[in-house]
Amino acid sequence: MIQKLVQLFIRQIEDLGAVVIEGVEGLGAISLFTARFFYWSFRKPYRNHLFFEQLYFIGNKSLTIILLAGMFTGMVLATQTYFGFKLINVDSLVGAIVAISLSKELAPVLTGLIVAGRAGSAMAAQIGSMKVTEQIDALEVMGINSIQYLAVPRIAAATIAVPMLSVVFLFIGNFGSWLVGTKTLMIDEALFFSKLSDFMFISDIAQGVIKAWVFGFVIAIIGTYFGFQVDKGAVGVGRGTNLAVVWGMISVLILDYFLTSFLVKIL
Amino acid sequence: MLTFENPAISLKNVTKKFGEHTILNDLSFDIARNKITTILGFSGAGKSTLLKHILGIIQPTTGSVFVLGKDLNHLDKVQLREFRRNFGMLFQYAALFDSFTAEENVAFPLQEFTKLKKNEIAEKVNDLLTSVGIKEESFKKLPSELSGGMRKRVGLARALALAPDIMLYDEPTTGLDPITTKMVNNLIVETSTNHKDREMTSVIISHDVKATLEISDYVAFLDRGTIIEYLPVADFKNSQNPLVQEFLRL
Repeated sequence: MIQKLVQLFIRQIEDLGAVVIEGVEGLGAISLFTARFFYWSFRKPYRNHLFFEQLYFIGNKSLTIILLAGMFTGMVLATQTYFGFKLINVDSLVGAIVAISLSKELAPVLTGLIVAGRAGSAMAAQIGSMKVTEQIDALEVMGINSIQYLAVPRIAAATIAVPMLSVVFLFIGNFGSWLVGTKTLMIDEALFFSKLSDFMFISDIAQGVIKAWVFGFVIAIIGTYFGFQVDKGAVGVGRGTNLAVVWGMISVLILDYFLTSFLVKIL
Repeated sequence: MLTFENPAISLKNVTKKFGEHTILNDLSFDIARNKITTILGFSGAGKSTLLKHILGIIQPTTGSVFVLGKDLNHLDKVQLREFRRNFGMLFQYAALFDSFTAEENVAFPLQEFTKLKKNEIAEKVNDLLTSVGIKEESFKKLPSELSGGMRKRVGLARALALAPDIMLYDEPTTGLDPITTKMVNNLIVETSTNHKDREMTSVIISHDVKATLEISDYVAFLDRGTIIEYLPVADFKNSQNPLVQEFLRL
């Protein structure tokens, strides 16, 4: 009986060790991939048209969903805050609170999650299907580095596009908050804006933009990395896409905590 | 074993090990210039690994690979990448870029590696696609809209765009119907012989014995990482090696 329990305990420890080793190996591999991205980013030829294609895909094609998400997030937030704040007669602060919440947290995080789901998955799927159909081999045989051709424009474009989308989210969210706050909940418009300008600072917006910039970079690194890791045909593409979305989203949430801890000290 | 003076490709005592597994085992052989050489073998014999050594995509554990007189071991990564422009390769499933049309696929290497103007590229793409029998109405079709045979032809046109010295064919006829197989075979022969002013060495990796014997000048048989037979095609057909005989009977 005791021998069995010991064996079970040892097996649990072994399983845990295997998970830790796999995690460390994964981190090492993704760090090497990031290093290769930086190496190839600064080598000629610079394919600007691929960068702009990706900027259009990640930025412009995500705009509608960002506008919708931003608008309704601002509206919901204003409604919820209003009914809480009204109990202690500070409902005039709704605009300011919503704006600060959006700029520091919700705009970059929700934008990051949306881009991870939409563009991060697309990156993994596109690169993964190119890998299983030997298109990446074809690039390499032609003497074209596949990381430079496929990963660099995607990562660079996401790093630029996500902060831009986050700013759009912030402004449309505030518009939603203003619309609900002043037209439906009848908060005085002058008070709404006066409190907004009293409590909201440029550093709040900067904090959100910095976060979005990091999120964009990490989401694209993860999306392209899992694309290059794909094997075993269509099943592998599905698995790679799934991992890109899951790890993209988890990374946004984990990084958000650490970035917040760091940025509140310096901004 | 056949040897050639000034061969296009020469492997000298190449061994490749992945962990405990030996994929290529002290392999030494030459591939003649301006000829069609086929490397036959069962699945898992090491054909694809051999191809990757010729392309310099993977390095041997021991030994050397010489291509057009250059030892690939002595080229750094950037030089190797540039050196690979001497190769054209037709992949098993053509490996066309699926977001590009047929003409964009063929134009791609020209845009990447030449300073040709747009109209010059368009003219060259037109010539290349026409030379492999693609009609103009298919120029703007995506790979998903082309048949397997047409995809192979577009792949061949793309591989030929930069006028390579060495053409590599990875299972060019596997999975094709007899008519398309004949068409691809004819294209390989035409490609290899229709270069009046320059040489073209062709290397075919295949296990489709009937299709490749019709067009090859030399045939090598790879088994468990070793060349066990390497002869001119006429002699190969009469090989006394029991494994080759078994393969030929399949």
